[in-house]
Amino acid sequence: MGGCATTKKEGPPPIRINQDPYPSTYHRYSGAVTAIRGATVFDGEGAQFENGTVVLADGVVQAVGDASTPIPEGAVIVDAAGKWVTPGIIDVHSHLGDYPSPGTDGNDDGNEATAPARPDVWAEHSVWPQDPGFARALANGGVTSLQILPGSANLFGGRSVVLKNVPARTMQGMKFPGAPYGLKMACGENPKRVYGNKGGPATRMGNIATTRATWLKAQEYKRKWDRYEKNGGEMPSRDLAMDTLRGVLNGEILVHNHCYRADEMAIMIDLSHEMGYKITSFQHAVEAYKIADLLAANGTCAAMWADWWGFKMESYDGIKENIPFVDRAGGCAIVHSDDPNGIQRLNQEAAKALADGRRAGHNVTDAYAWRWLSYNPAKSLGIADKTGSLKTGKMADVVLWNGNPFSTYTRPERVWIDGALMYDANNPRLRPVSDFELGQPGEGDVK
Amino acid sequence: MKRLSFLAALLAASAAPLAAQTVAITGGTVALGDGSEPIPGGTVVIRDGKIAGAGLNIAIPRGAEIIDARGKWVTPGIVAGFSRLGISEVDLSADGSTDDRAQNSPFSAALDIAPAINPMQTTIAVNRADGVTRAVVAPNIGRNIFGGQGALMDLGADRDPVTRARLFQFVEFGERGAGAAGGSRPATYAMFRNALREARELSRFAVSRGGRAETQEDPVVRDPNESRLIGPNVNRSEDIMLTRFDAAALVPVLQGRQYLMIHVEAANDILNVIKLKREFPTIRPIMVGVTEGWTVAGEIAASGIPVIASAVNDLPASFEMLAATQSNVGRMRDAGVNVAIGMIDDNDTRYLFNQRQYAANLVALGKVPGAAGVSWGEALALITSRPAQVIGMGGKIGSLNTGAAGDVVIWSGDPLELASATEAVWIDGVRQPLESRQTKLRDRYQRLDRSALPEAYRR
Repeated sequence: MGGCATTKKEGPPPIRINQDPYPSTYHRYSGAVTAIRGATVFDGEGAQFENGTVVLADGVVQAVGDASTPIPEGAVIVDAAGKWVTPGIIDVHSHLGDYPSPGTDGNDDGNEATAPARPDVWAEHSVWPQDPGFARALANGGVTSLQILPGSANLFGGRSVVLKNVPARTMQGMKFPGAPYGLKMACGENPKRVYGNKGGPATRMGNIATTRATWLKAQEYKRKWDRYEKNGGEMPSRDLAMDTLRGVLNGEILVHNHCYRADEMAIMIDLSHEMGYKITSFQHAVEAYKIADLLAANGTCAAMWADWWGFKMESYDGIKENIPFVDRAGGCAIVHSDDPNGIQRLNQEAAKALADGRRAGHNVTDAYAWRWLSYNPAKSLGIADKTGSLKTGKMADVVLWNGNPFSTYTRPERVWIDGALMYDANNPRLRPVSDFELGQPGEGDVK
Repeated sequence: MKRLSFLAALLAASAAPLAAQTVAITGGTVALGDGSEPIPGGTVVIRDGKIAGAGLNIAIPRGAEIIDARGKWVTPGIVAGFSRLGISEVDLSADGSTDDRAQNSPFSAALDIAPAINPMQTTIAVNRADGVTRAVVAPNIGRNIFGGQGALMDLGADRDPVTRARLFQFVEFGERGAGAAGGSRPATYAMFRNALREARELSRFAVSRGGRAETQEDPVVRDPNESRLIGPNVNRSEDIMLTRFDAAALVPVLQGRQYLMIHVEAANDILNVIKLKREFPTIRPIMVGVTEGWTVAGEIAASGIPVIASAVNDLPASFEMLAATQSNVGRMRDAGVNVAIGMIDDNDTRYLFNQRQYAANLVALGKVPGAAGVSWGEALALITSRPAQVIGMGGKIGSLNTGAAGDVVIWSGDPLELASATEAVWIDGVRQPLESRQTKLRDRYQRLDRSALPEAYRR
């Protein structure tokens, strides 16, 4: 009875909100026990094995090592002498499915550009799994996972979704099991341009004011819900926008912030401190090289292009050494595409950055540079414990390249996802053809 | 003040090397750009701004500056087969910096892009530093299907960028053309036919230019478009759609004295262009884009119409590109089409340097069953001599053949590999600076430690 005073009940116990109402239905496809041997292997975290062996079974990497690595009996043996093996590439910035091909108005589902703050929208609800771009990214790019972000028209663009790059009838059939959600935020020119004549914000200061005001609401919402979940009582009203922001404040949803300029990134970092969340990554980060030290100190990744610049004022100061300079400062450097064509050549984009970095004195190995394509992206998506490098027990997301993957003359030869062979250049039957492409000119052609 | 001093420094830096030298580049792997395989241990001689010889056993003129290129590669400069270089600095929300289109001008075909080409634009230095030495520059369309008259430019660090003004008229067919013409392809063809008939009417009164190529004349002193309006009788019918200047500008197109560069992607549009050439036999079309070209490659080859294609478009990005494949260029070549690489609607303002990446990717296709790639020599030709040939400049630019412009690049390695970089660039025999805003920013932010003064004092 004495405890009554401290556990005063205000009403019924709290109702648990379903955090995963659109769950992944992805299951790995069957793959034979496979041993790839004789290749140069990059493990994705910086190690390289000459004449290496990679063993895949039960959907996971069983072993990675040199030629002495034991091969299980009955394994399918892939003789990869003269070839390269890497973890699958992960693109942290894609709009495939949301801005699919063909890019008609009817397919244009990437920006909910109807109010500057729309954290309530989820990119996954726009994803069209029949976008032919997915198969191009697989066959030409060796991309095994990718994050689909809503566009950058809005200060709060909505939730992202991480997909495995497997063909499926539904978005859920591609959804990466257990990957955390992301929140797309934006600063700079895009929100200004889109909302300047629609009631604002029309300036960068307007951008920040609206962003801060939105977070203040989120903090209030979080307080209300935290109290309810602890004490029960009358359920506060649900707000989908605030649900997402509360997820960020709780550290469950990762912030991916579209932001180009160094000075603006610094402001967004301070804003995140003010409001009590962490910026997991800056996307596009064209001026990251100017504040590489600040990014490293805050543990914020920079997702960057190798050579895009100048198409708008906030991209005017792009330099080709951006990626290596971020890396050199101890930061988390990522090569990203934001483009259905660029996603097919991320290995080559990394090759450019690697070469420019070396000429500027940042001497890293090829094997190390692969971190920019798989391990660092996985880290920024919160899935590095599952994929992103060839470590025993991780998902067997693997690319066999027919040469050095940093060469323009090299192509993916085979791609495994969770140990299942999803692409084989030598087998036309292992080349996905989306529903849209069936019966169209060029159906099933090499693309 | 800062801007002034920056410009002054730039001029000072480029003042010294602006004369054509006699140069012999020896010992490098020499690739002529004409489709042949590279020649190890070759020599390239540049004299009087032109190629004096390239290959093995080339005599070195007395007094030539000798540059040891052992371990390096030597090629002609890269030719951007299609671009908007030098006419647009920043595309988005920076109106004053762009001249590539005139949405609200009453004029279309009459527009001449040459005066818009600003050799000081940062896009040029960035591409020059990556070995691009010439570029086809096309205007974008504005109020109708005609964009105006495009040019060939050089990327030299001087104030004289135009190699050939008014080399071609640019026109959009296909989806964009349909939109500009009023909403459908029939509207495009009606507008096009009407325009050429207006030009025909006007051409009867045109002053004879004695057959001399009009593109050679100085547009400022005597504009041939305008001089065509000074005939004895320039009255026109009342039923006209084009301004007088626009109709006059189409006279050389109709007479085949100026190329007609047509953007098309779909097979159906390509075939329609071939039919138009039968209707107007005097026109000299060049097709650009041509994503579905491989599906009608035989017809294109038979028509003799040359093509500047986007290299690696492989997405059904629109309904006119459903058959897109990276094998397009290789298959067209195999069918005998005169094809070069350009970057139409693909970062055509500032990423022309990526042509060598794309050309190399076509080599890579050679190992993919079912795909059509090209040889290494052909890949280099696709971005050097082939675009030159397509625009009627074969032998004059884009190769190391004797007599061609002295546009030469020394690369640290295979020029089609991204690890390779330019080590020296000549344009018209003039050694070029390889500095750009980008390299200066890179140098400024090489170190981030706080020093006595802010970064702004670091140059």
